[in-house]
Amino acid sequence: MKTKLATMALGALMAAGPAVADLVIPSLSYRTGPYAAGGIPFADGYADYFTLLNERDGGIGGVPVNLIECETGYNTEKGVECYESTKGEGALIYQPLSTGITYQLIPKVTADDIPLHTMGYGRTSARNGKVFSHVFNYPANYWDGASGAVNYLLEENGGDLNGKKIALVYHNSAYGKEPIRTLEELSKKHGFELTTLPVDHPGQEQKSQWLQIRREKPDFVLMWGWGVMNQVAIQEAANIRYPMENFIGVWWSGAQHDVLPAGDKANGYKAVTFHAVGDDFPVFDDIKTHVVDAGKAAGAGDQVGTVLYNRGLYSAMLAAEAIKDAQEANGTGDVTPGMVRDAMENLNITEERMAALGMPNFGPTFQVTCENHGGPGLIGVSQWDAGTQTWNLISDFKPTDGEVIGALVEEDSSAYAAENNVEPRCN
Amino acid sequence: MFYREAGDFKTSYVDDSQTFPIKFDRYRYYVVLAVAFGIIPFIINDYWANALLLPFLIYAIAAIGLNILVGYCGQVSLGTGGFMAVGAYACYKLMTAFPDVSMFIHVILAGGITAIVGVLFGLPSLRIKGFYLAVATLAAQFFLVWLFNRVPWFYNYSASGQINAPERDVFGIIITGPNAPAWATYMFCLIFLTFCAVVARNLTRGTTGRKWMAIRDMDIAAEIIGVNPLKAKLTAFAVSSFFVGVSGALFFAVYLGAVEVGEAFGIQKSFLVLFMVIIGGLGSIFGSFAGAAFLVLLPVVLKVVGVDVLGWPTDIVAHLQLVIVGGLIILFLILEPHGLAQLWRVAKEKLRLWPFPH
Repeated sequence: MKTKLATMALGALMAAGPAVADLVIPSLSYRTGPYAAGGIPFADGYADYFTLLNERDGGIGGVPVNLIECETGYNTEKGVECYESTKGEGALIYQPLSTGITYQLIPKVTADDIPLHTMGYGRTSARNGKVFSHVFNYPANYWDGASGAVNYLLEENGGDLNGKKIALVYHNSAYGKEPIRTLEELSKKHGFELTTLPVDHPGQEQKSQWLQIRREKPDFVLMWGWGVMNQVAIQEAANIRYPMENFIGVWWSGAQHDVLPAGDKANGYKAVTFHAVGDDFPVFDDIKTHVVDAGKAAGAGDQVGTVLYNRGLYSAMLAAEAIKDAQEANGTGDVTPGMVRDAMENLNITEERMAALGMPNFGPTFQVTCENHGGPGLIGVSQWDAGTQTWNLISDFKPTDGEVIGALVEEDSSAYAAENNVEPRCN
Repeated sequence: MFYREAGDFKTSYVDDSQTFPIKFDRYRYYVVLAVAFGIIPFIINDYWANALLLPFLIYAIAAIGLNILVGYCGQVSLGTGGFMAVGAYACYKLMTAFPDVSMFIHVILAGGITAIVGVLFGLPSLRIKGFYLAVATLAAQFFLVWLFNRVPWFYNYSASGQINAPERDVFGIIITGPNAPAWATYMFCLIFLTFCAVVARNLTRGTTGRKWMAIRDMDIAAEIIGVNPLKAKLTAFAVSSFFVGVSGALFFAVYLGAVEVGEAFGIQKSFLVLFMVIIGGLGSIFGSFAGAAFLVLLPVVLKVVGVDVLGWPTDIVAHLQLVIVGGLIILFLILEPHGLAQLWRVAKEKLRLWPFPH
């Protein structure tokens, strides 16, 4: 009888215990709506990595992670609702996977002292840590992407783009407009002609844009698309027989679900990327044993190893490493958002560190500093092989045009600082 | 039981024609005001303000505005999103051009600018009616969104085309931006809503409103008895657009803080506000409140119940939300085509006679 009571008491204690010291990480995901095709694999990868940490290591530094998923539908109003409802739970870091929601959250997180990590999206000039204290966009941003794509084209064309025509097909939103300014600067520098073709939300209607491409015959087409827009664009390009190897998407337009609907015709389509592709990494073995085979995979569990799943995994890994650093720096398992922010500002991702996590060469090595929240901006190019249905890296991760981007970042961030009376930090 | 009207005598016409002639209604109205102004500001937190109350207050203003046009004057409009965008961008340009001026003035001026734009797009209503007018206002919706996307002057040449609300105050209390306290933003919107509702209620009870309703019920007959259709229709467009513009300005400056025109003020917004008006009840101020509350609060409640209480996956809850809200809309329209306001009206008549219905 006594033992029974004791076990019951212990059980009650254990049931009540974890709620006190969990690491709360919100996942502002979207599994519904026109952007769900991209939102689902990212959210699955993000959730699976934290499940893996909980199952294999008992959380981060022995403290379990409590992932709160909140559906935004890529809608800013719902994003605000999600932010407010998870903020109160003690959220440590936000990664909303939406440029629109990022713009909403930049001032809010700064006021609430919570870090915001927008990996490869969001406001590009947030890379300037002197102005944006709580926003991080390492390891690469849109302007790196634009410059990386142009650099790749330069390389392909013997260093000369003079007189070439490049068209940009973009999602007519803050997200799609981001690269225009950089591309305009680059067009002045390298002498190519830039045409911009906006596609309105949600992006199913692109007949006129592709008609224009058919008429003007640009040498290269760049795409800043997301969700259903990508598949439609690739299909339309195939319909007008545009040569796929001259069609380059940003990293949000280069996943399996974007190219599969067009079948063999999508063969040769390219996309820039800032992390590795494929599932040939030791971490995937652990995910298989501890998460998928244990029946704990997020969603349908069929996305493991896809491009966006990897990106979700990568972004979760960077968050987890920052939290680990914060725990070590402060000697406590129970960190606050402010501590995580400080750790993110000093985050150092080395090759050994990634190898120890079972992700060797998964992304670039980088060191975040107070001034530079954007990382090195190394951009590679991947290409779709419709025969084997795989993305293959065809160009290694290379630096981008830091001179052009640096000047634009300085200009845009100082405009923000002036508009919002932000005192520059890091002095 | 609730309504005890015995002894509630009116001795003057003023008493008899007041907004709430029944004593019980009047007291309830005072209680609601007292709670809204006197209690909620002291207990409000960020979540309640930003997730529930601000959207409710702001959509209620928009719904009142649209109800004046559609419900009282009978001019169908699908341009609400576009007019909200006018309010938002006008407010943004004013906020950045005159940083020292009080937010109150900016919001009211933004409403005024929207009223002018609304009158401009209301001109076709003198020639066309019904569905054709709906199409004309739809054109306004697409044109305005296109305009704000296309002309960089409207978004101060920012790289992304987004507009961001800088920090502005009223009498030293911060109203916009991330540092604004929840109670201040709530009070700011509440004051505007109260003002709009009182103005709308009194306009619709007076000559102007009667002219609108005459036009709505039969425009030729109205013209014969001396209602000037030009004036009546254009005043309806002006007043309606003013309210919609105010709500757009608040939506951008106080609630969201950063806005992208295609996403925040697209055609879905026009339909959302129109649904609020239809579900709430055409030609009823209370209906505008009820409709706004229904469409703002119900999804949040369903989400809280589904995800936080029952622990279901978020995507299933999001899909169920669409199914349930859609189902309820159909159900309401079949069972009570005149909306929630009519439901309330019927219930109130029953309550007034209870327990001795004749």
